[in-house]
Amino acid sequence: MEMIKVKGVIEALLFVSDKPLSAEKMLEILKDDVNKKDIIGLIEELNAEYSKENRSFRIQEIGQGYIVSTISEYADWIKKLYKSKIIPRLSKPALETLSIIAYRQPITRLEIEGVRGVNVGGVLQTLLERNLIKIRGRKEGLGRPLLYGTTNEFLQYFGLKDLTELPRIEELSDVLAGGNKNDVTTGTQEIQENQN
Amino acid sequence: MYNVKLPAFEGPFDLLLHLIKENEVNIYDIPVAKITEEYLKYIQMMEILDLNIAGEFIVMAATLIHIKSKMLLPVEKTQEGEEIDPRAELVRRLLEYQKFKEAASNFSELENKQRDVFYRFIPDEVKDGDEEFVEVTLFDLLKAFQGIIAYLPKEEVLKITREEIKVTQKINEILDKLEITKNINFSELFDKTMNKLHIIATFLAVLELVRLKLIKAYQSKNFADIQIIRTE
Repeated sequence: MEMIKVKGVIEALLFVSDKPLSAEKMLEILKDDVNKKDIIGLIEELNAEYSKENRSFRIQEIGQGYIVSTISEYADWIKKLYKSKIIPRLSKPALETLSIIAYRQPITRLEIEGVRGVNVGGVLQTLLERNLIKIRGRKEGLGRPLLYGTTNEFLQYFGLKDLTELPRIEELSDVLAGGNKNDVTTGTQEIQENQN
Repeated sequence: MYNVKLPAFEGPFDLLLHLIKENEVNIYDIPVAKITEEYLKYIQMMEILDLNIAGEFIVMAATLIHIKSKMLLPVEKTQEGEEIDPRAELVRRLLEYQKFKEAASNFSELENKQRDVFYRFIPDEVKDGDEEFVEVTLFDLLKAFQGIIAYLPKEEVLKITREEIKVTQKINEILDKLEITKNINFSELFDKTMNKLHIIATFLAVLELVRLKLIKAYQSKNFADIQIIRTE
């Protein structure tokens, strides 16, 4: 198949897909014609074309996959079309809880409550219902509590390629402590493995 | 009835951080007496306003008073002779919380940006699947449950022993089973030797899991056995 056709196939696959489509999956479909590097190159070409032609969408990389999304310039009009589908913003407790889970996953409810100092039962429920977190298993030990982790929908919700894109928790500016040395330990490195 | 919540503070840590900032004190050298006093003033204000004070705020008040009293006592030392600051643990937790508060505001920014980006929306019916399944309704589940109940021995010898059966425990059991196999038959969840209470708790657990969208109940055709699968 000619490259120009392959590019068309990739565009078509991404066009119909409502979930991030991995390069591996596309390779499975196109394996007789290209390798993975070609696919990634062609996606970049497509994006360059969209940008040159002032198109209203781009191919975005989300959680080890690619998905077509509109660009923010067109948000106002889309919001008029999708009035009923606009989901509410996450509340402050939900965002706090979610960030603890994102940086410390897999984590139990009790551990989250230890950090936030308040009960998080209701918030966890909301986050589960919105598919931003999922139960990842159980912690060995007393009561074998459930462990929570983030989902691919979480990455998509925040437009992240993967968790390593997040600033390291140690680097977050610290207004009160002004660069505190005895830092809070995190498992940023672990997060990547756990996500897979 | 109105449930008013002071919007600024998500919990005792949030309130404490606010007080520390407002009073411009060093977080590594918190004047406990002063901060405790301010903290308690705030709690009293909440009481006057008849707000629902979450238990966590009270626990923190107790912790602060405990630290305050410890500060008055001679300094404790570790075995190595290092002085123990009674405030150390609190400071550690405050700083930890502060980091995640910061992280949360980062996420909030990302959320704002991403809210202007839209993805293709495909209705559920078009989505692919290897086999055609219909998601069952609550009534299908109830009907299947009646089938299970029907198998119960009619006459049961009355036992006085009472056993506490928790739905959460059943939820955990079901999730455990689903960790091993991808799907289970609805009827397999119910052991013939189970008594009625166990059966009911198991059924409630299924309903709860469906509600939480942790599992899905499917049926390949009418009257077929209902399949429980884990949602991904």
